[in-house]
Amino acid sequence: MTWVWELLRAVVGTVLIFTGVAVVAAMFGVLLERKIAGWIQSRLGPKHVGPQGLLQTIADTLKLLQKENIVPKNADRLIFASAVIVVPLAALLDYVVIPFGTAGGRPLIFRDLNVGVLYFAATSSLVVVGILMAGWGSNNKYALLGGLRSAAQMVSYEIPIGLALITVAMQAGSLSTLAIVNAQTGPGHLWYVLTQPISFLIFLTAATAEVNRTPFDLVEAESELVAGYFSEYTGMRFALFQLGEYGEMFAMAAMAVTLFLGGWHGPGLPSVLWFVIKLYVLIFVFMWVRWTYPRFRIDQLLNFSWKFLIPLALLNLVVTAFFVMVVHG
Amino acid sequence: MSGEALAFWVLAVITLGSGVVVVTSHNIVHSAVALVPAFLGVTGLYVLLNAEFVAVIQVLIYAGAITVLILFVIMLTEGGTGLRVPQRNEQGAVGAAVALAMAALLSTVALRATWGIGTRTLVYTPGDIGQSFLGPNLLVFEGTSIVLLVSLIGAIIIARKED
Repeated sequence: MTWVWELLRAVVGTVLIFTGVAVVAAMFGVLLERKIAGWIQSRLGPKHVGPQGLLQTIADTLKLLQKENIVPKNADRLIFASAVIVVPLAALLDYVVIPFGTAGGRPLIFRDLNVGVLYFAATSSLVVVGILMAGWGSNNKYALLGGLRSAAQMVSYEIPIGLALITVAMQAGSLSTLAIVNAQTGPGHLWYVLTQPISFLIFLTAATAEVNRTPFDLVEAESELVAGYFSEYTGMRFALFQLGEYGEMFAMAAMAVTLFLGGWHGPGLPSVLWFVIKLYVLIFVFMWVRWTYPRFRIDQLLNFSWKFLIPLALLNLVVTAFFVMVVHG
Repeated sequence: MSGEALAFWVLAVITLGSGVVVVTSHNIVHSAVALVPAFLGVTGLYVLLNAEFVAVIQVLIYAGAITVLILFVIMLTEGGTGLRVPQRNEQGAVGAAVALAMAALLSTVALRATWGIGTRTLVYTPGDIGQSFLGPNLLVFEGTSIVLLVSLIGAIIIARKED
Protein backbone atom coordinates (compact mmCIF):
# COMPACT_ATOMS: atom_id res chain seq x y z
CA MET A 1 0.00 0.00 0.00
CA THR A 2 2.69 2.51 -0.94
CA TRP A 3 0.16 4.85 -2.50
CA VAL A 4 -1.58 5.43 0.83
CA TRP A 5 1.80 6.54 2.14
CA GLU A 6 2.29 8.81 -0.88
CA LEU A 7 -1.16 10.29 -0.41
CA LEU A 8 -0.45 10.94 3.26
CA ARG A 9 2.82 12.65 2.33
CA ALA A 10 1.00 14.84 -0.18
CA VAL A 11 -1.60 15.82 2.43
CA VAL A 12 1.09 16.65 5.01
CA GLY A 13 2.99 18.62 2.36
CA THR A 14 -0.12 20.61 1.45
CA VAL A 15 -0.82 21.44 5.10
CA LEU A 16 2.82 22.48 5.55
CA ILE A 17 2.84 24.74 2.49
CA PHE A 18 -0.55 26.22 3.40
CA THR A 19 0.51 27.03 6.96
CA GLY A 20 3.84 28.40 5.82
CA VAL A 21 2.30 30.60 3.16
CA ALA A 22 -0.51 31.78 5.45
CA VAL A 23 1.86 32.74 8.27
CA VAL A 24 5.06 33.83 6.48
CA ALA A 25 3.60 35.30 3.31
CA ALA A 26 0.08 36.49 4.06
CA MET A 27 0.19 37.48 7.73
CA PHE A 28 3.74 38.76 8.02
CA GLY A 29 3.65 40.08 4.44
CA VAL A 30 0.62 42.26 5.11
CA LEU A 31 2.19 43.62 8.30
CA LEU A 32 5.45 44.34 6.48
CA GLU A 33 3.57 46.02 3.66
CA ARG A 34 1.76 48.33 6.09
CA LYS A 35 4.94 49.13 8.01
CA ILE A 36 6.92 49.86 4.83
CA ALA A 37 4.06 51.91 3.39
CA GLY A 38 4.01 53.88 6.62
CA TRP A 39 7.76 54.38 6.56
CA ILE A 40 7.74 55.58 2.94
CA GLN A 41 4.83 57.94 3.59
CA SER A 42 6.37 59.29 6.84
CA ARG A 43 3.82 57.77 9.19
CA LEU A 44 4.03 54.99 11.77
CA GLY A 45 1.78 52.24 10.40
CA PRO A 46 0.01 49.77 12.73
CA LYS A 47 1.16 50.40 16.28
CA HIS A 48 -1.46 49.36 18.83
CA VAL A 49 -1.98 45.56 18.80
CA GLY A 50 1.00 43.82 20.40
CA PRO A 51 4.53 45.25 20.63
CA GLN A 52 5.04 47.75 17.76
CA GLY A 53 1.80 46.49 16.15
CA LEU A 54 3.28 43.03 15.51
CA LEU A 55 0.01 41.22 16.22
CA GLN A 56 -2.14 43.50 14.03
CA THR A 57 -2.59 40.99 11.17
CA ILE A 58 -3.48 38.18 13.58
CA ALA A 59 -6.20 40.41 15.03
CA ASP A 60 -7.36 41.26 11.50
CA THR A 61 -7.50 37.58 10.52
CA LEU A 62 -9.56 36.75 13.61
CA LYS A 63 -11.89 39.61 12.74
CA LEU A 64 -12.28 38.43 9.14
CA LEU A 65 -13.05 34.88 10.34
CA GLN A 66 -16.06 36.17 12.29
CA LYS A 67 -17.45 38.42 9.54
CA GLU A 68 -20.64 37.55 7.73
CA ASN A 69 -20.30 35.81 4.37
CA ILE A 70 -22.33 37.92 1.95
CA VAL A 71 -23.21 36.58 -1.50
CA PRO A 72 -24.78 39.14 -3.89
CA LYS A 73 -28.35 38.27 -4.90
CA ASN A 74 -27.66 37.95 -8.63
CA ALA A 75 -24.26 36.34 -8.30
CA ASP A 76 -23.56 32.95 -9.82
CA ARG A 77 -23.26 31.13 -6.49
CA LEU A 78 -21.24 28.14 -7.71
CA ILE A 79 -18.62 30.17 -9.61
CA PHE A 80 -18.58 32.86 -6.90
CA ALA A 81 -17.74 30.30 -4.22
CA SER A 82 -15.26 28.19 -6.20
CA ALA A 83 -13.19 31.16 -7.40
CA VAL A 84 -12.05 31.58 -3.79
CA ILE A 85 -10.44 28.14 -3.87
CA VAL A 86 -8.75 28.47 -7.27
CA VAL A 87 -6.67 31.59 -6.52
CA PRO A 88 -4.88 30.42 -3.31
CA LEU A 89 -4.58 26.86 -4.68
CA ALA A 90 -2.70 28.08 -7.76
CA ALA A 91 -0.40 30.11 -5.50
CA LEU A 92 0.26 27.14 -3.19
CA LEU A 93 1.09 24.83 -6.11
CA ASP A 94 4.00 27.12 -7.04
CA TYR A 95 5.91 26.14 -3.90
CA VAL A 96 6.28 22.46 -4.86
CA VAL A 97 9.40 23.12 -6.99
CA ILE A 98 11.11 25.79 -4.87
CA PRO A 99 14.23 24.62 -3.00
CA PHE A 100 14.38 26.39 0.38
CA GLY A 101 17.81 25.21 1.51
CA THR A 102 19.61 22.07 2.58
CA ALA A 103 19.36 19.96 5.71
CA GLY A 104 21.85 17.19 6.39
CA GLY A 105 23.14 17.28 2.80
CA ARG A 106 19.67 16.86 1.35
CA PRO A 107 17.94 19.74 -0.44
CA LEU A 108 14.69 20.95 1.11
CA ILE A 109 12.32 20.72 -1.83
CA PHE A 110 8.94 19.00 -2.13
CA ARG A 111 9.59 17.56 -5.61
CA ASP A 112 12.59 18.16 -7.85
CA LEU A 113 10.82 17.90 -11.21
CA ASN A 114 12.94 17.74 -14.36
CA VAL A 115 10.53 20.35 -15.76
CA GLY A 116 10.45 22.45 -12.57
CA VAL A 117 10.72 25.89 -14.20
CA LEU A 118 7.95 25.11 -16.69
CA TYR A 119 5.83 23.73 -13.86
CA PHE A 120 6.17 27.05 -12.06
CA ALA A 121 5.10 28.97 -15.16
CA ALA A 122 2.13 26.63 -15.60
CA THR A 123 0.78 26.79 -12.05
CA SER A 124 1.21 30.53 -11.73
CA SER A 125 -0.81 30.96 -14.93
CA LEU A 126 -3.80 29.25 -13.26
CA VAL A 127 -4.40 32.22 -10.95
CA VAL A 128 -6.01 34.18 -13.74
CA VAL A 129 -8.73 31.55 -14.15
CA GLY A 130 -9.76 32.15 -10.53
CA ILE A 131 -9.67 35.93 -11.00
CA LEU A 132 -11.86 35.71 -14.11
CA MET A 133 -14.28 33.42 -12.25
CA ALA A 134 -14.48 35.87 -9.34
CA GLY A 135 -14.97 38.82 -11.68
CA TRP A 136 -17.72 37.17 -13.66
CA GLY A 137 -19.40 35.31 -10.80
CA SER A 138 -19.90 38.47 -8.72
CA ASN A 139 -22.27 39.94 -11.34
CA ASN A 140 -20.86 43.39 -10.71
CA LYS A 141 -19.52 45.67 -13.41
CA TYR A 142 -16.44 46.71 -11.44
CA ALA A 143 -15.57 43.11 -10.64
CA LEU A 144 -16.04 42.10 -14.27
CA LEU A 145 -13.84 44.96 -15.52
CA GLY A 146 -11.19 43.88 -13.04
CA GLY A 147 -11.42 40.30 -14.30
CA LEU A 148 -11.13 41.36 -17.94
CA ARG A 149 -8.15 43.60 -17.26
CA SER A 150 -6.54 40.77 -15.35
CA ALA A 151 -6.91 38.38 -18.28
CA ALA A 152 -5.39 40.85 -20.76
CA GLN A 153 -2.58 41.69 -18.35
CA MET A 154 -1.68 38.14 -17.36
CA VAL A 155 -1.72 36.82 -20.91
CA SER A 156 0.60 39.67 -21.98
CA TYR A 157 3.06 39.36 -19.10
CA GLU A 158 3.30 35.57 -19.09
CA ILE A 159 5.29 35.78 -22.32
CA PRO A 160 8.20 37.91 -21.00
CA ILE A 161 8.29 35.76 -17.83
CA GLY A 162 8.47 32.62 -19.95
CA LEU A 163 11.24 34.08 -22.10
CA ALA A 164 13.23 35.13 -19.02
CA LEU A 165 12.85 31.61 -17.58
CA ILE A 166 14.05 30.09 -20.85
CA THR A 167 17.28 32.11 -20.95
CA VAL A 168 18.15 30.91 -17.44
CA ALA A 169 17.30 27.32 -18.32
CA MET A 170 19.46 27.59 -21.43
CA GLN A 171 22.44 28.82 -19.47
CA ALA A 172 22.05 26.17 -16.77
CA GLY A 173 21.27 23.46 -19.31
CA SER A 174 18.36 22.21 -17.24
CA LEU A 175 14.77 22.99 -16.31
CA SER A 176 15.13 21.58 -12.81
CA THR A 177 15.22 24.28 -10.12
CA LEU A 178 17.74 22.30 -8.10
CA ALA A 179 20.10 21.97 -11.06
CA ILE A 180 19.77 25.70 -11.78
CA VAL A 181 20.74 26.58 -8.19
CA ASN A 182 23.70 24.22 -8.32
CA ALA A 183 24.83 25.68 -11.65
CA GLN A 184 25.28 29.05 -9.90
CA THR A 185 27.78 27.84 -7.30
CA GLY A 186 31.33 26.66 -7.22
CA PRO A 187 34.48 28.23 -8.67
CA GLY A 188 33.97 30.09 -11.94
CA HIS A 189 30.18 30.11 -11.64
CA LEU A 190 28.45 33.42 -11.07
CA TRP A 191 24.93 34.10 -9.87
CA TYR A 192 22.69 34.52 -12.90
CA VAL A 193 21.79 38.03 -11.81
CA LEU A 194 25.33 38.92 -12.96
CA THR A 195 25.36 36.94 -16.19
CA GLN A 196 21.70 37.55 -17.06
CA PRO A 197 20.92 41.03 -15.68
CA ILE A 198 18.39 41.80 -18.42
CA SER A 199 16.51 38.57 -17.74
CA PHE A 200 16.47 39.40 -14.04
CA LEU A 201 14.96 42.84 -14.64
CA ILE A 202 12.43 41.46 -17.12
CA PHE A 203 11.46 38.74 -14.64
CA LEU A 204 11.01 41.20 -11.76
CA THR A 205 8.96 43.63 -13.87
CA ALA A 206 6.73 40.96 -15.35
CA ALA A 207 6.37 39.29 -11.92
CA THR A 208 5.10 42.57 -10.46
CA ALA A 209 2.52 42.64 -13.23
CA GLU A 210 1.63 38.96 -12.75
CA VAL A 211 0.83 39.45 -9.08
CA ASN A 212 -1.15 42.63 -9.85
CA ARG A 213 0.85 45.04 -7.72
CA THR A 214 1.27 48.76 -8.32
CA PRO A 215 2.28 50.13 -10.84
CA PHE A 216 0.43 47.27 -12.56
CA ASP A 217 -2.55 46.94 -10.19
CA LEU A 218 -5.24 47.81 -12.73
CA VAL A 219 -7.06 44.66 -11.71
CA GLU A 220 -7.82 46.11 -8.28
CA ALA A 221 -7.37 49.86 -8.87
CA GLU A 222 -9.21 51.14 -5.78
CA SER A 223 -9.73 54.62 -7.22
CA GLU A 224 -11.45 53.30 -10.37
CA LEU A 225 -12.89 49.85 -9.64
CA VAL A 226 -13.68 49.80 -5.89
CA ALA A 227 -11.54 46.71 -5.37
CA GLY A 228 -11.77 45.09 -8.80
CA TYR A 229 -12.43 41.38 -8.96
CA PHE A 230 -12.90 40.89 -5.21
CA SER A 231 -15.20 43.88 -4.62
CA GLU A 232 -18.10 41.62 -3.58
CA TYR A 233 -16.17 39.27 -1.32
CA THR A 234 -16.39 39.53 2.45
CA GLY A 235 -14.95 37.88 5.53
CA MET A 236 -12.86 34.75 5.11
CA ARG A 237 -13.36 34.67 1.35
CA PHE A 238 -11.72 38.08 1.09
CA ALA A 239 -8.92 36.82 3.33
CA LEU A 240 -8.37 33.82 1.02
CA PHE A 241 -7.92 36.13 -1.97
CA GLN A 242 -5.46 38.14 0.06
CA LEU A 243 -3.65 34.90 0.94
CA GLY A 244 -3.52 33.94 -2.73
CA GLU A 245 -2.17 37.32 -3.73
CA TYR A 246 0.59 37.44 -1.12
CA GLY A 247 1.33 33.73 -1.65
CA GLU A 248 1.83 34.41 -5.34
CA MET A 249 4.08 37.40 -4.64
CA PHE A 250 6.28 35.38 -2.28
CA ALA A 251 6.39 32.53 -4.79
CA MET A 252 7.57 34.91 -7.52
CA ALA A 253 10.24 36.33 -5.21
CA ALA A 254 11.32 32.82 -4.16
CA MET A 255 11.59 31.82 -7.82
CA ALA A 256 13.68 34.92 -8.56
CA VAL A 257 15.99 33.96 -5.68
CA THR A 258 16.28 30.42 -7.04
CA LEU A 259 16.90 31.45 -10.64
CA PHE A 260 19.02 34.57 -10.27
CA LEU A 261 20.40 34.94 -6.74
CA GLY A 262 21.98 31.52 -6.24
CA GLY A 263 19.11 30.04 -4.23
CA TRP A 264 20.07 29.02 -0.70
CA HIS A 265 23.84 29.37 -1.20
CA GLY A 266 25.86 31.87 0.82
CA PRO A 267 28.81 31.98 3.21
CA GLY A 268 28.61 31.44 6.96
CA LEU A 269 24.91 31.43 7.81
CA PRO A 270 22.64 28.36 7.54
CA SER A 271 21.25 27.80 4.03
CA VAL A 272 17.59 28.33 4.93
CA LEU A 273 18.46 31.65 6.55
CA TRP A 274 20.26 32.79 3.40
CA PHE A 275 17.21 31.88 1.36
CA VAL A 276 14.91 33.85 3.68
CA ILE A 277 17.23 36.89 3.67
CA LYS A 278 17.35 36.99 -0.13
CA LEU A 279 13.60 36.41 -0.28
CA TYR A 280 12.83 39.34 1.97
CA VAL A 281 15.24 41.62 0.08
CA LEU A 282 13.20 41.00 -3.07
CA ILE A 283 9.91 41.37 -1.17
CA PHE A 284 11.17 44.73 0.05
CA VAL A 285 11.88 45.74 -3.56
CA PHE A 286 8.31 44.78 -4.56
CA MET A 287 6.90 46.87 -1.69
CA TRP A 288 9.24 49.78 -2.32
CA VAL A 289 8.10 49.91 -5.96
CA ARG A 290 4.44 49.68 -4.94
CA TRP A 291 4.56 52.71 -2.67
CA THR A 292 6.77 54.76 -5.01
CA TYR A 293 5.25 54.58 -8.50
CA PRO A 294 1.78 55.62 -9.73
CA ARG A 295 -0.48 53.23 -11.63
CA PHE A 296 -0.19 52.67 -15.40
CA ARG A 297 -3.10 53.11 -17.81
CA ILE A 298 -4.30 49.90 -19.46
CA ASP A 299 -2.97 50.87 -22.92
CA GLN A 300 0.40 51.87 -21.45
CA LEU A 301 0.49 48.59 -19.58
CA LEU A 302 -0.18 46.42 -22.63
CA ASN A 303 2.12 48.48 -24.88
CA PHE A 304 4.91 48.19 -22.34
CA SER A 305 4.72 44.41 -22.47
CA TRP A 306 4.18 43.89 -26.21
CA LYS A 307 6.33 46.71 -27.59
CA PHE A 308 9.14 46.79 -25.08
CA LEU A 309 9.49 43.78 -22.76
CA ILE A 310 8.78 41.02 -25.29
CA PRO A 311 11.13 42.34 -28.03
CA LEU A 312 13.82 42.91 -25.41
CA ALA A 313 13.33 39.41 -23.99
CA LEU A 314 13.50 37.89 -27.49
CA LEU A 315 16.71 39.78 -28.24
CA ASN A 316 18.15 38.62 -24.93
CA LEU A 317 17.17 35.06 -25.83
CA VAL A 318 19.03 35.24 -29.15
CA VAL A 319 22.14 36.71 -27.51
CA THR A 320 22.06 34.03 -24.79
CA ALA A 321 21.67 31.30 -27.40
CA PHE A 322 24.66 32.72 -29.29
CA PHE A 323 26.83 32.68 -26.17
CA VAL A 324 25.68 29.25 -25.01
CA MET A 325 26.08 27.57 -28.40
CA VAL A 326 28.90 29.45 -30.15
CA VAL A 327 31.12 31.05 -27.53
CA HIS A 328 30.97 28.38 -24.79
CA GLY A 329 29.77 25.46 -26.93
CA MET B 1 -6.56 -2.21 -6.70
CA SER B 2 -3.18 -0.58 -7.09
CA GLY B 3 -2.72 3.11 -6.41
CA GLU B 4 -2.09 3.77 -10.08
CA ALA B 5 -5.36 2.17 -11.12
CA LEU B 6 -7.22 4.07 -8.43
CA ALA B 7 -5.66 7.33 -9.60
CA PHE B 8 -6.61 6.47 -13.17
CA TRP B 9 -10.27 5.92 -12.30
CA VAL B 10 -10.49 9.08 -10.19
CA LEU B 11 -8.92 11.11 -13.02
CA ALA B 12 -11.18 9.47 -15.60
CA VAL B 13 -14.28 10.37 -13.58
CA ILE B 14 -13.07 13.98 -13.16
CA THR B 15 -12.23 14.35 -16.86
CA LEU B 16 -15.41 12.76 -18.20
CA GLY B 17 -17.66 14.37 -15.57
CA SER B 18 -16.40 17.86 -16.41
CA GLY B 19 -16.64 16.98 -20.10
CA VAL B 20 -20.34 16.21 -19.67
CA VAL B 21 -20.82 19.56 -17.90
CA VAL B 22 -19.00 21.34 -20.75
CA VAL B 23 -21.38 19.87 -23.32
CA THR B 24 -24.67 19.99 -21.41
CA SER B 25 -24.51 23.21 -19.36
CA HIS B 26 -26.95 25.93 -20.43
CA ASN B 27 -24.57 28.67 -19.36
CA ILE B 28 -21.63 29.14 -21.69
CA VAL B 29 -19.38 30.48 -18.91
CA HIS B 30 -20.04 27.35 -16.85
CA SER B 31 -19.04 25.29 -19.89
CA ALA B 32 -15.83 27.25 -20.25
CA VAL B 33 -14.93 26.97 -16.58
CA ALA B 34 -15.71 23.24 -16.55
CA LEU B 35 -12.99 22.85 -19.18
CA VAL B 36 -10.39 23.48 -16.44
CA PRO B 37 -10.99 20.27 -14.42
CA ALA B 38 -11.27 18.36 -17.69
CA PHE B 39 -7.85 19.62 -18.80
CA LEU B 40 -6.36 19.00 -15.36
CA GLY B 41 -7.73 15.44 -15.37
CA VAL B 42 -5.96 14.82 -18.67
CA THR B 43 -2.83 16.33 -17.09
CA GLY B 44 -3.06 13.71 -14.35
CA LEU B 45 -3.26 10.97 -16.98
CA TYR B 46 -0.09 12.30 -18.61
CA VAL B 47 1.64 12.21 -15.22
CA LEU B 48 0.56 8.58 -14.81
CA LEU B 49 2.21 7.89 -18.18
CA ASN B 50 5.49 9.46 -16.94
CA ALA B 51 5.13 12.27 -19.46
CA GLU B 52 5.84 15.20 -17.12
CA PHE B 53 6.80 17.60 -19.90
CA VAL B 54 3.55 17.04 -21.80
CA ALA B 55 1.62 17.30 -18.52
CA VAL B 56 3.13 20.66 -17.63
CA ILE B 57 2.58 21.98 -21.15
CA GLN B 58 -1.03 20.81 -20.92
CA VAL B 59 -1.54 22.96 -17.80
CA LEU B 60 0.37 25.93 -19.24
CA ILE B 61 -1.36 25.99 -22.64
CA TYR B 62 -4.80 24.49 -22.07
CA ALA B 63 -5.80 25.15 -18.46
CA GLY B 64 -3.86 28.41 -18.19
CA ALA B 65 -4.10 30.01 -21.62
CA ILE B 66 -6.86 28.48 -23.77
CA THR B 67 -9.50 28.62 -21.01
CA VAL B 68 -8.58 32.21 -20.22
CA LEU B 69 -8.81 33.09 -23.91
CA ILE B 70 -12.25 31.45 -24.21
CA LEU B 71 -13.53 33.22 -21.07
CA PHE B 72 -12.06 36.51 -22.29
CA VAL B 73 -13.81 36.22 -25.65
CA ILE B 74 -17.16 35.29 -24.06
CA MET B 75 -17.00 38.22 -21.67
CA LEU B 76 -15.97 40.71 -24.37
CA THR B 77 -18.51 39.65 -27.00
CA GLU B 78 -21.63 38.93 -24.98
CA GLY B 79 -21.88 42.04 -22.84
CA GLY B 80 -20.06 40.26 -20.10
CA THR B 81 -22.84 37.83 -19.29
CA GLY B 82 -22.57 35.03 -21.79
CA LEU B 83 -26.16 34.10 -20.96
CA ARG B 84 -27.66 34.99 -24.33
CA VAL B 85 -25.52 32.63 -26.34
CA PRO B 86 -27.57 29.64 -27.54
CA GLN B 87 -25.74 26.44 -26.72
CA ARG B 88 -27.31 24.41 -29.54
CA ASN B 89 -28.13 24.92 -33.17
CA GLU B 90 -29.90 22.92 -35.87
CA GLN B 91 -26.78 20.88 -36.62
CA GLY B 92 -27.04 18.86 -33.40
CA ALA B 93 -28.00 15.63 -35.16
CA VAL B 94 -25.03 15.84 -37.55
CA GLY B 95 -22.69 16.51 -34.64
CA ALA B 96 -24.05 13.56 -32.69
CA ALA B 97 -23.64 11.28 -35.73
CA VAL B 98 -20.01 12.36 -36.21
CA ALA B 99 -19.31 11.88 -32.50
CA LEU B 100 -20.84 8.39 -32.52
CA ALA B 101 -18.86 7.39 -35.61
CA MET B 102 -15.69 8.68 -33.97
CA ALA B 103 -16.44 6.81 -30.75
CA ALA B 104 -17.09 3.58 -32.68
CA LEU B 105 -13.84 3.96 -34.61
CA LEU B 106 -11.78 4.71 -31.50
CA SER B 107 -13.23 1.84 -29.47
CA THR B 108 -12.65 -0.59 -32.33
CA VAL B 109 -9.05 0.51 -32.60
CA ALA B 110 -8.60 0.37 -28.83
CA LEU B 111 -10.05 -3.14 -28.58
CA ARG B 112 -8.15 -4.59 -31.54
CA ALA B 113 -4.74 -3.07 -31.02
CA THR B 114 -2.09 -5.11 -29.26
CA TRP B 115 -0.84 -2.92 -26.48
CA GLY B 116 2.81 -3.27 -25.57
CA ILE B 117 2.30 -2.76 -21.85
CA GLY B 118 5.53 -2.55 -19.93
CA THR B 119 7.70 -3.73 -22.79
CA ARG B 120 9.69 -0.52 -22.91
CA THR B 121 9.75 2.73 -21.02
CA LEU B 122 9.62 5.88 -23.08
CA VAL B 123 11.32 8.88 -21.53
CA TYR B 124 9.72 12.17 -22.44
CA THR B 125 12.28 14.61 -21.11
CA PRO B 126 12.36 18.13 -22.55
CA GLY B 127 15.74 17.36 -24.11
CA ASP B 128 14.42 14.30 -25.94
CA ILE B 129 11.41 16.20 -27.21
CA GLY B 130 13.63 19.05 -28.44
CA GLN B 131 15.95 16.63 -30.22
CA SER B 132 13.00 14.95 -31.87
CA PHE B 133 11.54 18.29 -33.06
CA LEU B 134 14.84 19.32 -34.63
CA GLY B 135 15.62 15.85 -35.92
CA PRO B 136 13.16 13.24 -37.23
CA ASN B 137 10.05 15.41 -36.74
CA LEU B 138 11.42 18.64 -38.18
CA LEU B 139 8.87 18.74 -41.00
CA VAL B 140 5.90 18.41 -38.60
CA PHE B 141 7.38 21.08 -36.38
CA GLU B 142 7.89 23.54 -39.23
CA GLY B 143 4.44 22.73 -40.65
CA THR B 144 2.86 23.55 -37.29
CA SER B 145 4.68 26.85 -37.08
CA ILE B 146 3.40 27.83 -40.53
CA VAL B 147 -0.16 27.00 -39.46
CA LEU B 148 0.27 29.14 -36.33
CA LEU B 149 1.76 32.01 -38.35
CA VAL B 150 -1.13 31.92 -40.80
CA SER B 151 -3.70 31.96 -37.99
CA LEU B 152 -1.85 34.88 -36.40
CA ILE B 153 -2.01 36.86 -39.65
CA GLY B 154 -5.67 35.89 -40.04
CA ALA B 155 -6.47 37.18 -36.56
CA ILE B 156 -4.74 40.48 -37.29
CA ILE B 157 -6.68 40.91 -40.55
CA ILE B 158 -10.01 40.19 -38.81
CA ALA B 159 -9.26 42.43 -35.86
CA ARG B 160 -7.88 45.36 -37.85
CA LYS B 161 -10.31 48.25 -38.34
CA GLU B 162 -11.11 49.19 -41.93
CA ASP B 163 -9.38 52.43 -42.77
